[in-house]
Amino acid sequence: MASNNYYDPKDLRKFGNITEWSEELGTKFFDYYGKVFEEGALTAREKALIALAVSHTEQCPYCIDAYTKDTLQRGVTKEEMMEAIHVGAAIKSGATLVHGVMMMNKVNKLDM
Amino acid sequence: MSLKKKTQSLHKRNDELANANRQLEILSNGIFKNGELPTFANKIKETHQFPLRPKKLEILQINVGYMCNQVCEHCHVDAGPDRKEIMTRETMMQCLEVIRKTEAHTLDLTGGAPEMNPDFRWFVEEASKAGIKDFIVRSNLTIIRANKKYYDLPEFFKKHNVHVVSSMPHWTRGKTDKQRGDGVFDKSIKALQELNAVGYGMPDSDLKLDLVYNPSGAFLPGDQASMESDFKKALMEDFGIQFHNLFAITNLPVSRFLDYLIASENYEDYMYQLVDAYNPAAVENVMCTNTISISWDGWLYDCDFNQMLGLKVASKVKHISEYNEDLLNNRNIIISQHCYGCTAGAGSSCQGVVA
Repeated sequence: MASNNYYDPKDLRKFGNITEWSEELGTKFFDYYGKVFEEGALTAREKALIALAVSHTEQCPYCIDAYTKDTLQRGVTKEEMMEAIHVGAAIKSGATLVHGVMMMNKVNKLDM
Repeated sequence: MSLKKKTQSLHKRNDELANANRQLEILSNGIFKNGELPTFANKIKETHQFPLRPKKLEILQINVGYMCNQVCEHCHVDAGPDRKEIMTRETMMQCLEVIRKTEAHTLDLTGGAPEMNPDFRWFVEEASKAGIKDFIVRSNLTIIRANKKYYDLPEFFKKHNVHVVSSMPHWTRGKTDKQRGDGVFDKSIKALQELNAVGYGMPDSDLKLDLVYNPSGAFLPGDQASMESDFKKALMEDFGIQFHNLFAITNLPVSRFLDYLIASENYEDYMYQLVDAYNPAAVENVMCTNTISISWDGWLYDCDFNQMLGLKVASKVKHISEYNEDLLNNRNIIISQHCYGCTAGAGSSCQGVVA
């Protein structure tokens, strides 16, 4: 390994190299990826904001780097970016908390 | 990265980046010298586009001086109130002779703030008589509100059917003021409303009002059409402002933007972004192939960026006093790594995207 860190910002530039060890799957992935982010029923700007929020819930440093830059390029404001991340955070914490119902159900079943 | 705002030009501060040769040195060393990234010359050789040659001359861009009322973070001219380089009436007269006989259909006055040149109005009046098809003045907007003597500029522009092209980095106050200085957004909005009031920018108006967007940081501009639509919606909804076209322009690593890139430790990443986004189709239409840039002291350049880097045209004819269009058209365009800024993505020019 060339780096002493698990994550190196320069590795993001090498993402395309994934194709070298599995050309068919790599190419299919990048074709799909490109298609997903094209302007459709959602604008490319809306998709970029979704990607930014998901980058945070996935806690992917490469994705955060890429989609922070991407949203800035699209003229997205800091306020919009932070609101998008809060949406991701709310779902993430909500997903934890909603499982509390399972706990409550179980307690109600087991407890006399 | 947030850095302390500068209030003086690099020249006034005697910064090493005020020196064009030092800038060219930086652009040729490091990642380009060690082969990590290809030089621009090698890149265009791959697609057999070297040497870059001019096509038909369409635009004469005249820089009437580096004096400006603003000190923008990204300014490739290093303009500001402390710059005293101003075109004299004598040089303007030499320019007028050229304007009267040129084949170019567009005259593009820039600066600094061109309106601060004491002979600006005289020059506009004289140049407008030459019957040139598209007469552009690049106005920074705030100059219109800077002093009472400029308040009538919208009427003056209208009288001479000037095509106004104005900088507006964002439709929000925060992003605009960060790049261009505190209070710039409010003054720009007021100036745009005044231009609208005399008829500029209205949907069916012949009084053309275009805006220039360039990113307020170390990233490339987004899609020009989407940005235009976002700008139009926001400026209309928030301020009732209308304009015609938005030009999305990439910041080139020259002068104060180069200084910012280095100080914020973004230089290498930014050059990577430019090289990664290289588009050979944009090379076909880069503005140096249809433009001649003239400096305040009459020297001729392939573009405004080469002017700031002190790279005079590679032609026997180097000064407005000896102007000869045929000879000028038979030259090789001078390039360096800053040229990647004009060939990234959809390309970039003073008229926006090129590919």
